[in-house]
Amino acid sequence: MVKRPRKPRVPRTLDRQLVTPEGVPLNLRLGSAGARAGAFTIDAIIMLAILIGTTLLIAALAIGGPKGAQSLYAIVWLLGFFVLRNFYFVLHEAGRRAATPGKRLMKLRVVSRDGARLTGAAVLARNLMREIEVFLPLAFLGFAFAEGMASRWTAVLALGWALILLFLPLFNRDRLRAGDLIAGTWVVEREVRKLGEDLLIQTAHEKDRARIAPFTAAELDAYGAFELQRLEDVLRRNDRADLFAVAGAIRRKLGRADDGVDLAFLETYYGDLRRHLERKLLFGQRKRDKFDRNGLN
Amino acid sequence: MSVNFGAHHFRHEREADWARLEELLDKLEAKSPRRLSDDDLIDLPRLYRATLSSLSIARATSLDASLVGYLEALSTRAYFALYSAREPWGRQVKAFFTTHWPRAVRAIAWELLLSIALLLLSAVAAYHLVRTDPAWYSAMISPELASGRDMNATAATLRESLYGKPGSAPLEIFATSLFTHNSQVAILAFALGFLFAIPTIILAVQNGAMGGAMFAAFVPHGLGWGLFAWLMIHGTTEIAAIAIASAAGIHIGRAVAFPGDRSRMTAAAEAGRRGAIVMIGVILMLLVAGLLEGFGRQLVNDDGARLAIGGGMLALWIVYFSFGGRRG
Repeated sequence: MVKRPRKPRVPRTLDRQLVTPEGVPLNLRLGSAGARAGAFTIDAIIMLAILIGTTLLIAALAIGGPKGAQSLYAIVWLLGFFVLRNFYFVLHEAGRRAATPGKRLMKLRVVSRDGARLTGAAVLARNLMREIEVFLPLAFLGFAFAEGMASRWTAVLALGWALILLFLPLFNRDRLRAGDLIAGTWVVEREVRKLGEDLLIQTAHEKDRARIAPFTAAELDAYGAFELQRLEDVLRRNDRADLFAVAGAIRRKLGRADDGVDLAFLETYYGDLRRHLERKLLFGQRKRDKFDRNGLN
Repeated sequence: MSVNFGAHHFRHEREADWARLEELLDKLEAKSPRRLSDDDLIDLPRLYRATLSSLSIARATSLDASLVGYLEALSTRAYFALYSAREPWGRQVKAFFTTHWPRAVRAIAWELLLSIALLLLSAVAAYHLVRTDPAWYSAMISPELASGRDMNATAATLRESLYGKPGSAPLEIFATSLFTHNSQVAILAFALGFLFAIPTIILAVQNGAMGGAMFAAFVPHGLGWGLFAWLMIHGTTEIAAIAIASAAGIHIGRAVAFPGDRSRMTAAAEAGRRGAIVMIGVILMLLVAGLLEGFGRQLVNDDGARLAIGGGMLALWIVYFSFGGRRG
């Protein structure tokens, strides 16, 4: 027997990688169970609202509207209910955004697990499964209540089933529900980010900058990429108290006296440190953090 | 040239391209791709590749976390916008009828034979059970469904149920509710296939048994052929659709339980997508069946004509599924 090569273990985090046909790996983040549940709740509320709204509208038309078309109203209601129940999710996810209104609000979208095009068949497959994930357990429960809990076993069975299928996404690392398993899809976060300002452009006053003495090579070797990016966060947030605290910590580490101009000091140090570390990066030395001895020459 | 050549220059040289790509993606997501101008369509793939290459460079040379994150998000967004473009609806519908549907049904031929065999065998078994002991009848058909057509009914009642005038409910409502009810059952049979196909098989057997038990009530009164014609005018289409839906469910259950050479996940995904194509067809078939049952059966009262319509539909489906989409 030929032994199959072992598949690499799936990581425990929600970060996944997708390699584009151009050969560039892209990092994806799977939608968390909470976001998925939130999206479903929103969709369920929307569906319920549509159902109640159209039912009232059709009822009003049937009572007060023109006579002779009574059967038309019944047909419209029956077909509308059928379409709403089975195709609300399908029609939304088959669109360009590949998301229902709930998913769009929670910044999620459906994609194919292999990175290929999301086909209509896959969308249909993942949503027809809702029949056993949601509607059947609901029907069971309704039945059990209607029977006055006479068939207690039915209720227990339905509840168990509903719970297993409901929490299926929590039992696997890819957060797949039954429909995702069948359709080869998963749900990822849809991220839209703005490009931040270029921090190499100094904003502090010329006069303040003049008070900062040039940094020595030893001072620039004190930190690594990790600390640089924390400093980037602080500068982007631009909170006076944070700037004061961080500037104080860096001065202590470098053994410098307080120059009294926090923003100018941090901006200059950030610029110099980044240029210093990026130049070393070009020579193949990546200093990950301040404990990394690799970056030292 | 100063030492800050790398990072600063890199960003300023390419920033305009990124902004343009972002703008095109906004347009693409808000409107249809047809609304983009020719220039935009030519630019889109170029800008996408330029941004991907910017991302690669930034990852290797830049320590600006916000820049790398921005490029990452933009590239991912562009990737899904470009690679998830789908064919226009018209062409998709045409491809479904000319190739995808008949091919998908042929691909589940073995499961289809199994589900037809299950339906027929359970019908025969139920017929013999009820003929030997009429008490079985109520176990297989609920009183609401039987509505008087049980083992104690007189020949006249049964004859009336086959050839009588339709009830007070208008035909079109009857046809619609039949369609939605049957489609829901078919979707359920498909979805239950996920649980290793066992519930699907039970559902198929239950449906078959119902048919068999009905015959056991009608045959002793010499109404066997009448019931057959009454069922078959729409039944050839409806039973075929239910059999195909069960087959699609069994197909999924089989892929999950016995994936063969493929990984379990790949097998399940392939079976699920194929099953979904089959299910669109099943819903269309049930629409036809609902029309035949709601209108055809109530308007055509002659056994011969009913059998001819049912037989014609069956021949049509068999020819279509056997020979449709062989070429191309």
